[in-house]
Amino acid sequence: MKHWKIEIDSDGIALITFDMADRRINTLDAETLEEFAALVARIKADAAIRGVVLASAKAGTFCAGGDFMHLETFAGPPEPGTEAETLTRDVARLTEAQALFRSLETCGKPVACAIEGTALGGGAELVTACHYRVASDGPEAKIGLIEASLGLLPAGGGTQRLPRIVGIRAALPLLLESKIIGAAEAVKIGLVHALVPLGETVEAARNWVREHGDPVQPWDKKGYAVPGGGPYVQANSEAIAVAAALSRQRYHGNYPAQGHILTAVYEGTQLPFDAGLRIEMREFIKAARSPQARSILRTKVVSPREIRNGANRPLGIPVRRFHKAVVIGAGLMGSGIAHAQAAAGIETLLIDITQEAADKGKAHVRAALEKAIARGRSSPDAADAILARITATTDYDRVADADIVIEAVFEDRAVKAEVTRRAEAKLAPGAVLASNTSTLPITGLAAASARPESFIGLHFFSPVERMELVEIIRGERTNDATLAAAFDYVAAIRKTPIVVKDSRGFYTSRTISMYLEEPCEMLAEGIAPAIVENIGQMTGMPVGPLSLPDAIGLELPYHVLQQTRRDLGDAYVPSAADAILHKLVVEHGRHGRRNGKGFFDYAEDGKTKSLWPGLADIAKPTLTDAFDERVKTDLKNRILYRMALEAAKCLEEGVLADPREADVGATLGFSFPLWTGGPLSLIDQVGVAAFVAQCDRLADLYGERFRPGRMLREMAASGERFY
Amino acid sequence: MRQAYIYDTVRTPRGRGRKEGSLHEITSVSLAAQVLEAIRDRNALDTSVVDDAVFGCVDAVGEQGGVITRTALLRARYDHRVPGMQLNRFCASGLEACNVGAGKLMSGEADMVIAGGVASMSRVPMGSEGSAIGTDPISLLENYVLPQGVAADLLATLDGYGRHDVDAYAAESQRRAARAWSEGRFARSIVPVKDQLGMLRLDRDEHIRAETTTESLSALQPSFAQMGEMLFDATARQRYPQVEKIAHVHHAGNSAGIVDGAAAVLMGTHEAGARAGLKARGVVRAAASIGSDPSIMLSGPVPVVEKLLKAQGMTVNDIDIFELNEAFAAVVLRMMTALAVPHDRMNVNGGAIAMGHPLGATGAMLVGTALDELERADKELAVVALCVGGGMGTAALIQRV
Repeated sequence: MKHWKIEIDSDGIALITFDMADRRINTLDAETLEEFAALVARIKADAAIRGVVLASAKAGTFCAGGDFMHLETFAGPPEPGTEAETLTRDVARLTEAQALFRSLETCGKPVACAIEGTALGGGAELVTACHYRVASDGPEAKIGLIEASLGLLPAGGGTQRLPRIVGIRAALPLLLESKIIGAAEAVKIGLVHALVPLGETVEAARNWVREHGDPVQPWDKKGYAVPGGGPYVQANSEAIAVAAALSRQRYHGNYPAQGHILTAVYEGTQLPFDAGLRIEMREFIKAARSPQARSILRTKVVSPREIRNGANRPLGIPVRRFHKAVVIGAGLMGSGIAHAQAAAGIETLLIDITQEAADKGKAHVRAALEKAIARGRSSPDAADAILARITATTDYDRVADADIVIEAVFEDRAVKAEVTRRAEAKLAPGAVLASNTSTLPITGLAAASARPESFIGLHFFSPVERMELVEIIRGERTNDATLAAAFDYVAAIRKTPIVVKDSRGFYTSRTISMYLEEPCEMLAEGIAPAIVENIGQMTGMPVGPLSLPDAIGLELPYHVLQQTRRDLGDAYVPSAADAILHKLVVEHGRHGRRNGKGFFDYAEDGKTKSLWPGLADIAKPTLTDAFDERVKTDLKNRILYRMALEAAKCLEEGVLADPREADVGATLGFSFPLWTGGPLSLIDQVGVAAFVAQCDRLADLYGERFRPGRMLREMAASGERFY
Repeated sequence: MRQAYIYDTVRTPRGRGRKEGSLHEITSVSLAAQVLEAIRDRNALDTSVVDDAVFGCVDAVGEQGGVITRTALLRARYDHRVPGMQLNRFCASGLEACNVGAGKLMSGEADMVIAGGVASMSRVPMGSEGSAIGTDPISLLENYVLPQGVAADLLATLDGYGRHDVDAYAAESQRRAARAWSEGRFARSIVPVKDQLGMLRLDRDEHIRAETTTESLSALQPSFAQMGEMLFDATARQRYPQVEKIAHVHHAGNSAGIVDGAAAVLMGTHEAGARAGLKARGVVRAAASIGSDPSIMLSGPVPVVEKLLKAQGMTVNDIDIFELNEAFAAVVLRMMTALAVPHDRMNVNGGAIAMGHPLGATGAMLVGTALDELERADKELAVVALCVGGGMGTAALIQRV
């Protein structure tokens, strides 16, 4: 066998080791599953095998789960009239898939698994289909049924086995929130039977098989009852109600899989195990057919992988390695960039005007690392190693042997030009000069450089050490080699790049600005502020549209709008945001959370807030009841569609070249709701023609800003999609 | 036209619905049997003329399960040919029993019925029977289901009632109930509950706190603030996005009390009453039920009363008194505001905030309370209404004759 090894010892115990060929980790794909099925058949048939121990040869991974690349084939009937046969086919396929783990646990021989790494998704389902689970007691063993995070549910029996092992109350949060738990927690809830030191799990599993070796799952025994009872035990009924409310609180009803998971548990645990599997299978098919599931998978998993693999990197240019990188400006962004670089193993120079300022930047990294340690995301050793790679200095002479210089100084052309000249004077030929800017055009900044062909923009997001996206901004004179090097640099610091044309607001700033503009239009129109704020949250954006500008400071968007107005002159189309921000910032001195007053009034604690009653004087609320689902849908769509239209416009104008970049950029850059798969996937979900029709209707009702552009109209006419 | 006349109404006093409550030692079957015995005995009724008995019973499990009405009829030694049924429309079950009984009379199916209801909330706790509406995930998610207390707070928030408003209403309910007792206004309907030896167990509503004031209530902590803010307020805001923040104003002192009790209403046609030598006290003129938002679930009373009155070509001004179940203070405040019902015609003898709300029985109790008050005050028309879980409302129009 290619991916599995089997060794039978003198006691007749077969040690089956999962060791996927040519891969760092084990996953369940068509080939590994086919081999595993053959193994299960052999276990059952071979009289020499008394019992089984399942283990992994990969350090740190037991099994990372299935690949969902066949999800597209669950999209539903390919054409009208094929509904019945498509359903029959899907049911048959899933029933067959479920049967594999079922045949493992009913093979008549005891199966134990030795877990010394992560068992996720299908991997977690595999371990729950074993009769006995022993894990190593360190941090490496982890179990998680993470399908919900992809808008799906476990379909290999996970929704049925987990509650039958740990009870409904303990199972729900694991399933609904895709929680990954460590070995200690797994033992506590009864998911894992025993813990032993790393390296001893196989022996412990073998001992269990030899000495106890019960080959029957609890749920296949007579008189079995779900631990803690079924859904109508009051505590469980309450737990389900709590889980549903929690799901609404977190996901606002935007993820159909949440309901499917709850239903699979609720209905399934009232039935015998095999009937429960059928419930799970039906709920899975419904979830898999939802456009949300396919959009999430694409934008969360597939597109970032393709982008990181260089889908848009210029061809034929050798990969550049980055050994030493310089960051100039040790403020919030600069220290974050230094942190990310050092964490990726790159020797980093952090330069500022004074040693004190540079040291402060490094102290910032230390503070972030301490926080990460406190939250269990880093260790003291790793943190020390990262800090050791960062040198805080004022000395520009030391940039001489750097591969790249990134300036992250104040957003001021003169300051940036000065820094560029000073760095360039010492920099080796061929090194990359990058500017971290979120607003200033790169071509203009490059004018200060003696080698504009090596000059490029890198727009990082805050907090840099946590945010995965980098916008690469190509200036007019930036050459392909520099662009390719920027890709390599972003890959080296383990982030995901999108390439953006040098234009106002680049891509992300421009698109998210609609999240302020449309809500302001709504306020001006007389929609009650609470409705605007709540509906904004209900789209799935992480922060409400009135809270967000308060958090970043109202003068920032106000000044951006002012600058845009000055830059564009007569071409500028004023929006309600101009007027409302002017009133708040200029007339009322409301600058946001920092001075305790913005769209909201803030209490002393800085957290308790209530909408500023003065908003009613700026625009008198006339829509004060949004109970009607149609009203809600309309308002939600207005907020989402403005961003989607702007993203489509960016594609049309060539700001971006690739829909994947638009979707990945929006979801990673400003947390555009993942259930949509990104602004362009959202248009695909709605259907381009339907989206255009809806936008035309919105334009007729609320203004020309909703009128779709030519690209969308042509796509609608020709039936074209983004994907 | 056949009419549904009311010949008599009885109810038990309401015992506190917990282990320490006076009626905890009395089974729900016994409570129901005792009101059946009383209504038979004080009317010298030959029970063989009773065509049917309809009792409201929520949580029909355990001793309350399996058609408790039939069990109670047999316990009360009614003629074994009298059938019984139980029905559940949550909090309005007792009134719905009267409405169904009236329908049987008016349709000609029956000439004499006994309607009523029973709940021993101390013995069969609220929620014991379970419910898909509160457990099935599809129901929970699609209907934005809320715990009732959070829904009550949401209702108060939407209408702008503050803590003082609901507490002031609650204190007045206590004052009115205490006055009604001291003046003997409930005397005609009250049937003392006896124990297994026939000794007196309870002859007064024991949930009342006559000393209650708005100030004393203001010291109580809101009951639903924590569960709301941690969890359910988000669901409420998604259902009603106009709500910025839920004002958690309800607590044990301005919500219906949990109690034990039973009630029975003897109803018949004119001819059947005459044959039995009974004198009619009132008539069920009309009845109505509606559905309302299942999430807030307490908003049914206003539309159901509107429907009831509209069908009769009447307005609020035609009605002398309203008996609206005091599930939560905000429920009553809403109707007084929305329908412009003056407080001196609303729940004039207090309500469930003071005396408690035995789920399956309350509606039938309110019919008796309304009729007693019409007679005492020499008035003619009363509307009885209740809000109903799952988002419903049930009402009846009672006329004194």
